[in-house]
Amino acid sequence: MSRPPRTQQLGLIACHACGLVCHHIVGGNEHVPCPRCGTALHRRRPDSITRAWAFLIAGLIFYIPASMLPVMYTDLLGNGSDSTIMHGIVEFWKAGSWAIAFVIFIASVAVPCAKFLVLGLLLATTQRRSRWAMRERARLYRLVELVGYWSMLDVLVVAIVSALVKFQGLSDIEPRIGILFFGMVVIFTMLSAMNFDPRLIWDADET
Amino acid sequence: MNPVSDKNPPEPHNPAVTRSRWRVSPVWLVPTVAALIGLSMVIHAWLSSGPEITISFKTAAGLDAGKTRVKYKDVTVGTVSSVTLADDGSHVVAKISLARSARSLARADSRFWVVRPRIDIGGISGVDTLLSGAYIGVDTGSAKTERTAFTGLETPPAVINGTAGKSFVVHTIDLESLDIDSPVYYRHIKVGRVASYKLDDDGRGVSLQIFIAAPYDRFVTTDTYFWNASGVDISLGADGFKLKTQSMATIVAGGIAFAAPERSNNAPAPADTQFVLAKDEQSAMAPPDGPAQYIQLRFEQSLRGLSVGAPVEFSGINIGRVVSMNLDYDASRQRFPSVVGIEIYPYRLGPVVAKLPKIEANIDQQDAQFLSQMVVHGLRAQARSGNLLTGQLYISLDFVPHAPKVTFNANARPLTLPTVSGGFDQLQEQVASIVSKIDKIPLESIGHHLDTSLSELDGTLKQINGQVLPETTLTLRQARQTFGAAQDMLAEDSPLQQNLGQTLQELQRTARSVHMLTDLLSRHPDALLRGRTADQPLAAPELRSNTATSQESKQ
Repeated sequence: MSRPPRTQQLGLIACHACGLVCHHIVGGNEHVPCPRCGTALHRRRPDSITRAWAFLIAGLIFYIPASMLPVMYTDLLGNGSDSTIMHGIVEFWKAGSWAIAFVIFIASVAVPCAKFLVLGLLLATTQRRSRWAMRERARLYRLVELVGYWSMLDVLVVAIVSALVKFQGLSDIEPRIGILFFGMVVIFTMLSAMNFDPRLIWDADET
Repeated sequence: MNPVSDKNPPEPHNPAVTRSRWRVSPVWLVPTVAALIGLSMVIHAWLSSGPEITISFKTAAGLDAGKTRVKYKDVTVGTVSSVTLADDGSHVVAKISLARSARSLARADSRFWVVRPRIDIGGISGVDTLLSGAYIGVDTGSAKTERTAFTGLETPPAVINGTAGKSFVVHTIDLESLDIDSPVYYRHIKVGRVASYKLDDDGRGVSLQIFIAAPYDRFVTTDTYFWNASGVDISLGADGFKLKTQSMATIVAGGIAFAAPERSNNAPAPADTQFVLAKDEQSAMAPPDGPAQYIQLRFEQSLRGLSVGAPVEFSGINIGRVVSMNLDYDASRQRFPSVVGIEIYPYRLGPVVAKLPKIEANIDQQDAQFLSQMVVHGLRAQARSGNLLTGQLYISLDFVPHAPKVTFNANARPLTLPTVSGGFDQLQEQVASIVSKIDKIPLESIGHHLDTSLSELDGTLKQINGQVLPETTLTLRQARQTFGAAQDMLAEDSPLQQNLGQTLQELQRTARSVHMLTDLLSRHPDALLRGRTADQPLAAPELRSNTATSQESKQ
């Protein structure tokens, strides 16, 4: 083996929080506190794949009402209407504001869907200990984590707009239940990404 | 940095092991809860979704799939889910998903219509939709059976089901300016509206369905009369200028008014009672006209101011109207007389018609006979001025005293009633003749003669002043002198007075002597011969002397 050793090979385990290196006692999911700071010690995140899957599935489930239910109620001069995300995109597209439609589409449809796909791919390949394109998959994971922060864009827009646009009788914007589900989708995908341990990608390399 | 190459590596700790109690990771609760929430929402949506109905409209103006609401009593009860063109392209079909709470609205006789902003003369409706966009209004029916396919109304129904009130049917010849939603007034209060109208099957009239809202519907009694309250009624009567209208809206949009006769105590009419719409209030209150009688009149004079529709009056009662006015040419006299056709409704005379003699013939003949009698008694037609200000003429049928005899052909059709020149024209003629007579008086020569006479009079007066008056003064002065002299003569101390007194005393004494004489003579008549005896009273000689004296005085 010309490759440098990994902690597992050395039978060691490092604390996430304080960096204390301990002997790795047993492989598995046992709860081992760090002798110095008390943080749970584990070689890999426990149940990483399972949790990631669970959150991903929860996010997927919530994505259905998030895209079906109206996210925003716009009342302009008494002309009130609920709009779903897709509806809004179509409306902007029809109105000629392709740029805005594109931004909304990217932020609200493409990114969450891409996240589902990417996380699903990562989880599936990692679970199967695939050795395919491991570097790229790691990069993909970093991308998903980075994008995760910005996925709340829709929720923020609705929150800010509904707080700002309160002109009694003239114009009024209110959030609708769909945006709550959309927020949940974002949270669950972020949780899923957080729980996924990218080191697992490389574990396939060892055998 | 290679940990293997480090010298004296510190002993790693051996941490204690605790086992997790959970075999299945609790993280699976999250997707489970998510799934449950999703499932509950699906179930809720499924439970709260009502029936799907389709409504066909002529046009989809204002209908927006997913946006347009269906409202009942201003509560949103459904949404238009799709708007599609019908297969044959003649109309559009709107698919509507009703809320579960509104499933009772889909009855067989429910009505749907699109509420759009409507501006008509009766008012503005649906202003709220001006900004918010159209919505579909519903009026639920009362039928028990349900239905899912409807045909939408093009205009909102005038009467919403469940509104308390009654519908009535009013017949009219002509719809005129009335329309659906035209108001119905009772004592100038808007109590209902025209719900619908349709041409009668024979095309000879229009049947209006009107709806009178409760509690006003009970004022529609069986003897109520309806009239068209459209437009403005301007009248210039003896009591001044009058403008009558029900409301500003009826001027343009039309309306119906109704009233019951005074002291009517008829029962309220049941729903769908049929009524007849009169032209105006006057004709509504008038007894029915009955058959009309056409009569022709020939006027020699100009009929400026007479118009078709002008009233025909008999003894001050409006019994007909002018229906035509034409010129005729009389070749024999080279004149253009006016021929006026009038229609007379004898029944307008009221109860007096019953008193008129009845001739058992057809009604035409009866009228002709009756008219010919009247003409003999002086019935003539006149074009009279109804209004000096405007010069409007009306036809007056009246008995003219000393009317020249005319022949009346009772068999001619149309009947031609003789005419005399109208009252005002007569007056004009009389004034003209007076004026011409005045014109004939030789005012100039009269004036000239008068002038001459006056100048002569002046001379005479001067003469009197210069000559007669001084002489008169002189005469008067002399007369005064004469009177003064006469007064002097008659004064108490005047010689004349004294002489008169003495004379009268003398006369008295004489009379006494005569008295004594007569006494003596009556006692001793012989004394006249023998003279007076000694014992004789003095009467006898006195008598003699008296006689002598009287003889003397006589001499």
